[in-house]
Amino acid sequence: MKTLLKGGRVINPATNLDAVMDVLIEDNLVSAIETNIPAERADDVIDLTSGHWVVPGLVDVHVHFRDPGNPDKETTLTGAAAAVAGGFTTVCVMPNTSPVIDSTPMVQYLFNAALPTGIQIFPIAAVTRGLEGEEMTPIGTLLQNGAVGFSDDGRPVASANMMRKALEYSKMFDVPIVCHAEDCTLCGNGVMHEGYYSTLLGLPGIPSVAESVMVARDIELARFTGGRVHFAHISSKESVALIRKAKAEGLDITAETTPHYLALTDACCQGYDPDFKMNGPLRAESDRQALIAAIEDGTIDVIATDHAPHTPDEKSMAFDCAPNGVVGLETSLGVMLTHFYHSGRLQPLDIIRLMSSRPAEIFKLKASGNLGVGQRADVTVIDPELAWTVEPAQFKSKSRNTPFNGQTLKGKAVYTFANGRCLFQQAEAPGKALASKV
Amino acid sequence: MASHPPLPGSGVWNRRHVIDSASLTLDEVEEVLRTAKSFSHILSRPVKKIPTLRGKVVVNMFYENSTRTRTSFELAAQYLSADAINFSVSTSSVKKGESLIDTAETLAAMGTDAVVIRHASSGVCQQLVNYFGDRICVLNAGDGYHDHPTQGLLDLFSLKERLDDISGKKIVIVGDILHSRVARSNIHLLKLFGANVHLVAPSTLLPMQIEALGCTAHTNIEEALQDADVVMCLRMQMERQRAGLIPAMREYIRFYSITHERLQKFCKPDVLVMHPGPMNRGVEIASDVADNKEISLITNQVTSGVAIRMALLYLCLSTPAERSGLERFQADLNERMAAV
Repeated sequence: MKTLLKGGRVINPATNLDAVMDVLIEDNLVSAIETNIPAERADDVIDLTSGHWVVPGLVDVHVHFRDPGNPDKETTLTGAAAAVAGGFTTVCVMPNTSPVIDSTPMVQYLFNAALPTGIQIFPIAAVTRGLEGEEMTPIGTLLQNGAVGFSDDGRPVASANMMRKALEYSKMFDVPIVCHAEDCTLCGNGVMHEGYYSTLLGLPGIPSVAESVMVARDIELARFTGGRVHFAHISSKESVALIRKAKAEGLDITAETTPHYLALTDACCQGYDPDFKMNGPLRAESDRQALIAAIEDGTIDVIATDHAPHTPDEKSMAFDCAPNGVVGLETSLGVMLTHFYHSGRLQPLDIIRLMSSRPAEIFKLKASGNLGVGQRADVTVIDPELAWTVEPAQFKSKSRNTPFNGQTLKGKAVYTFANGRCLFQQAEAPGKALASKV
Repeated sequence: MASHPPLPGSGVWNRRHVIDSASLTLDEVEEVLRTAKSFSHILSRPVKKIPTLRGKVVVNMFYENSTRTRTSFELAAQYLSADAINFSVSTSSVKKGESLIDTAETLAAMGTDAVVIRHASSGVCQQLVNYFGDRICVLNAGDGYHDHPTQGLLDLFSLKERLDDISGKKIVIVGDILHSRVARSNIHLLKLFGANVHLVAPSTLLPMQIEALGCTAHTNIEEALQDADVVMCLRMQMERQRAGLIPAMREYIRFYSITHERLQKFCKPDVLVMHPGPMNRGVEIASDVADNKEISLITNQVTSGVAIRMALLYLCLSTPAERSGLERFQADLNERMAAV
């Protein structure tokens, strides 16, 4: 099976390529990227000359598929379907499942669960057994079994001493510890950003310092141990300033933020809709501006969604009782293109770097984030001009808890190829349906 | 009888719900106050009942303990001849895990016209309105730390009964602002009428950016009370000490308790004192202040509460058209008055 993607704008940050070219997918590999590949060399030709982008499959290094333990919210299959609908071909799943991903059998379970999805799903395994913060997991063994990073995501490693040990130990394997930066004693019973809107709404606040105090601690521990820290879902301007300074000092740290922190603020909580509730919380406009600046100057390396599905029943509780988290896989690209490409803030190369090549590099995902000849054919075709309205009922994800409900976004994945197979095709996509040939 | 104020007409009121204070306009609040004024006369009559809401059903859903507010709403409904049912946590299926929306749906299915809600979670009234739209009338009787519009309105009513015009008056709210829906409600409403609202509390009990709501915050009681026209005390709860927000109740009393000495020394000579109740005598307010009828509006507040709640039930449960055709209502009332 040979598919020719004809005349699209090929954007591959790994090689700094941004040019109109043809891409030939042959079985599971990219077999050619050239300026004029004759149509006769392919079984199928998709005409992308009307301004489509051809990019390496997107990579999201921070998702929750709730597998095992919570199939009402999401499964590996529904999560993967959401991923490809959003243009993602590689995701890293967080270990706060039930049971926790903290042992070899659990890591193997996830790889088995991932097989039928056709996409690459890598476990971020727990730093401590049961996420209890007390005993380290067998980091080396889990790494050899396929884990790509370690995190107690959902909760911080509260003990500085445990974090120190984890950083020292993981350094031997050159693998990042993903830090969910939160000082729970400062968060207290908070449910939204502490500021003007929490005061207005009478909701208990989560101060920015609950995040930044932990960022400061882990920067110092990274400095002290030489270990690799990757900061998950950074939300506050204070954290941004700390990370920028630490990077300038040459520390080996990286950071991610989410589309919702870049597009939304705590003002969104005014209707008490729990679909705007997550941890860290949506923060103030000044934080949003600081995050945008951090994206532009490279302080933030990665866009990750923190895709966190919850059932409508759970999300219809009172704001303070509802669980934290929003889904993001199916809106991430649209939000990024709307806010960064169409606003002229970033070039396409920069956006795809944030969403594909850079996260693949940080987590050493060798078969992801690079659209090159001889590489695994994880390829996403994007229509950057396609305007669409977010309708949760249409999601492939099992859950509907999006903060972008009803918003009109511009830009969407229209074809997603994973290992050469077309796993997603948008109705408005050019060319004929490929799904039947899979 | 001739001095009886005219009853409210169709006016500006178009709401089915009262869920917060901040969104009420000056015209709407004036309509509520006018309506409450006309109802307040009923409270001093031997037969405290008019048929205005006959056949309507009002359910008090109280998920938090409250005696005064619940009783006040209950009496308000009954004085208007509505049927009032109390539905409290201990007798409800809340403990069986039924959600608030399911409970409200059940009540709506039974033909309830209005639900009055007190809940520990901020925003539940808004969420119910988001869900039900205008199918059911929702009145907020206090949600979390967010708002308590009937308290704010009754405070305003009590003050205006005494001072008439409160614009330019210095009104000082003292105590646990952080956890107070009463403070938030009062800030919005007092500002609407041009009052200078000042807050005073230990800094741990002042929420972030509270001054952005249009008031002045202090931590020093003497500075706050300087030339005050009105002092509103808030209830101070022991659990704030346990949560580490204040070091000791004794210390709080030393720095913030409203005593005669403090009032005399700093405030205007004709200062008025208010408290939403229930009071912790000797904590946020000294007994001799609370019981001094010259300066304390505390019992007036309770009376105003019934009139305000009657006004809101009436306004939300009738249409402007019904209210504009008030001859029958007026006649009814006059007939009752004549019978007295």
